Amino acid sequence: MALGLALALLALVLALVLAVAWRGTGLALGPADWAAVRFSLVQAGLSALVSTVLAIPVARALARRRFPGRGALITLMGAPFLLPAVVAVLGLLAIFGRSGLLNRGLEALGLPTVSIYGLHGVVLAHVFLNLPLAVRMILQGWLAIPSERLRLAGSLGFGPSEVFRHLEAPMLREVLPGALVVIMVVCLTSFAVVLTLGGGPAATTIELAIYQAVRFDFDLGRAAGLAGVQLAIGGVAALAAWGLYRPTGFGAGLDRRLEVAAPAGWRLWGDGLVLGAVTLFLTLPLLAVLLRGLPGLAELPAQVLPAALRSVLVALVSTVIATALALTLALESARRPRGLIEAAVTLPLATSGLVLGTGLFLLVQPLATPMVLALPVTVLVNTALSLPYLYRVLLPETRALQADYGRLAESLSLSGWSRLRWLVLPRLARPLGFGAGLAAALSMGDLGVIALFAGEGQATLPLVVGQLAGAYRMEAAAAAALLLVTLSFALFWAFDAGGRRAAA
Amino acid sequence: MGFSIPDQSVASWRDLMKTRLLAAGLATIATQGMADTPVLTVLTYDSFASEWGPGPGVEATFEATCGCDLQFVPAGDGAALLARVQLEGAGSQADVVLGLDTSLTDAAAATGLFAPHGVAAPTGLPVPYDDPLFLPFDWGWFAFVYDKTKLSSPPTSFEALAASDLKVVIEDPRSSTPGLGLLLWVKAAYGDRADEIWAGLADNIVTVTPGWSEAYGLFLEGEADMVLSYTTSPAYHLIAEADDTKAAALFDEGHYLQVEVAGKLAATDQPELADAFLQFTQSEAFQSLIPTTNWMYPAVPLAGGLPEGFDAFHPVKSLLMSPADAAAARGPALDEWRAALAQ
Repeated sequence: MALGLALALLALVLALVLAVAWRGTGLALGPADWAAVRFSLVQAGLSALVSTVLAIPVARALARRRFPGRGALITLMGAPFLLPAVVAVLGLLAIFGRSGLLNRGLEALGLPTVSIYGLHGVVLAHVFLNLPLAVRMILQGWLAIPSERLRLAGSLGFGPSEVFRHLEAPMLREVLPGALVVIMVVCLTSFAVVLTLGGGPAATTIELAIYQAVRFDFDLGRAAGLAGVQLAIGGVAALAAWGLYRPTGFGAGLDRRLEVAAPAGWRLWGDGLVLGAVTLFLTLPLLAVLLRGLPGLAELPAQVLPAALRSVLVALVSTVIATALALTLALESARRPRGLIEAAVTLPLATSGLVLGTGLFLLVQPLATPMVLALPVTVLVNTALSLPYLYRVLLPETRALQADYGRLAESLSLSGWSRLRWLVLPRLARPLGFGAGLAAALSMGDLGVIALFAGEGQATLPLVVGQLAGAYRMEAAAAAALLLVTLSFALFWAFDAGGRRAAA
Repeated sequence: MGFSIPDQSVASWRDLMKTRLLAAGLATIATQGMADTPVLTVLTYDSFASEWGPGPGVEATFEATCGCDLQFVPAGDGAALLARVQLEGAGSQADVVLGLDTSLTDAAAATGLFAPHGVAAPTGLPVPYDDPLFLPFDWGWFAFVYDKTKLSSPPTSFEALAASDLKVVIEDPRSSTPGLGLLLWVKAAYGDRADEIWAGLADNIVTVTPGWSEAYGLFLEGEADMVLSYTTSPAYHLIAEADDTKAAALFDEGHYLQVEVAGKLAATDQPELADAFLQFTQSEAFQSLIPTTNWMYPAVPLAGGLPEGFDAFHPVKSLLMSPADAAAARGPALDEWRAALAQ
């Protein structure tokens, strides 16, 4: 079944790109297109590398320290990731922009100001958006190290460097490739962030070239060719991550919660510094989003509410489907690793939103009025796009589950529903909650596809935000965006906290 | 056949929610009751169809006399509109396309999907414009908008802007029509010297955004001294927000025009209604909605004159390439632009 699912997913992605290519003529890419491919690779690679490398000390500090507000900080880690790109950019500009907090501070001190626009700004924004995701993924890994192993390390007199070498490094080896790939691929298709902060045409991505090809040149062949290049990069990255994977072989623990003494001294100060810095980095732009949105909240136009309701419904349906699919795939992958599943599950992320929407439109149009299918199509796309995250979050845990309990479950003939009920769901509650929260929040924010399909009275909340901004109503747009972020965050929190409670 | 939503300005949001919920799932069933009212489908850009654009007013006024159901289908922004027309091809449900601009009409005409409108050219444009396939319904001058309280002596030309250390934010000509308008503006004003102008402007350009709303949002946040928008943008702030601090810088080279047009699709199944609608776009009832909902100039002079603020920034010279010239200029101009800015 899982293999069939993976094939269906692969078929969906490829069919959409082919549907676009079919309508085009020739797939020739020009030198400007290849420059866009190069820039996309550079910015996505750097963004993924910086996000994951910075996430390691943050995750470690969160894993080994206990302090008031720790739970809140971990939850907050979900917030930047689910900001719509334009909202995130405006939040970052309030801090790092030309008239942002940082530059005003520098001016007050008589220091030269800094510009956020350029490759470094793009990477900064992508780190802001994805660092929290990386932290959560790595933190899962840390929490999955059985406490018995840490206690053993303690009784053997391991210092921090031995603990790192024997326990933490193998764990990172297992978790990092997946985190790197998912972040790199999502940055690869990033559009508004790169364009707005890139500073000019030197920062041209594949996605922008696709926009140009579809909208002004109506050169669908070129658009499909570019989308194909993007897919190929995503596929190679996914297979590379799969090839790099090495199981930790820690074995099962007894799930005992025991306090392992965290190193004191300069390491305590270091952890404090890391956590303080990352908290500032994440909360200041979020605070700016909050402050920008508040003034307009009272005068939100009436149509925001039905749009919000529609978005929540779409998000919930997408989440249920995506979670079920991702769990099936991750369980199968743990039982028998297959490159096909790895690639199939990563490719939707690497698909250009515009090509995805255009392909769906071309496929749907001969069969039905696209408007009628606006919401089902949105659910389908949200499901496909949130699946990769869910899968990445679940995979390390299903692998551990299979290694630790697979044989026991087989010998007990525990299978089907009872295996799910008594083994899988209890042991995976935490990642399932986190993953479902991510999926729900992502589905709230998705905009690319609904824009092509929505008719009168079908707009989702992100679309209304765009409409308000397009009609000069920036304050109302900021308020609607705040509502969107709040709802996304509430959904994320509900699932995530639910999962953590169930796991406790 | 599409489906209908009751007049949104009358319905409370509670009613709306009920209706929308139903509509979401039961869109097809909901149409059954209105099967005998002819439906005119108009494909347009989002901000025209949205609650805050001319859409609702146009719909109410036209439906009062046409004995039909006018439905707007929003298709993204102006550039997305043409792609949508081409995607749908001859099988389109739409009868009329409203909101292309003259930098796109050459490509639109080449699709062969449009039929002549047969309406006399409107008289309210600053330059004569007559196209058998595309009928202007509003227009505006592109301009750099700034804040009077922060900038006291704005530049009076592209060269002055390039020589200054002012920061501007512009839209990308590869993804937005204002961005493309600026590209053609520089080309129309400077011809072979356009690349030199762009090279001079490179250090003034803070960044290039995907669309108008991102650029305007950045400007309002204080990220730039000026933003590429329209001479009518200050009127929005004046009328809707009672804020008179915004102004448009008038350039000696003249200002490029954006002329927005409507066209009838040849494959329409409602040719009479489509003709009636195109005729209606030239009426006082339609035109009087344009200034304060679409924030553009009406294509036909209004009986009651223009609202306050619309006369404040009046360029002396208007620039506009013919659709064929604009289409021919786009590719080379884009290469120049990219080469000058991609340093």
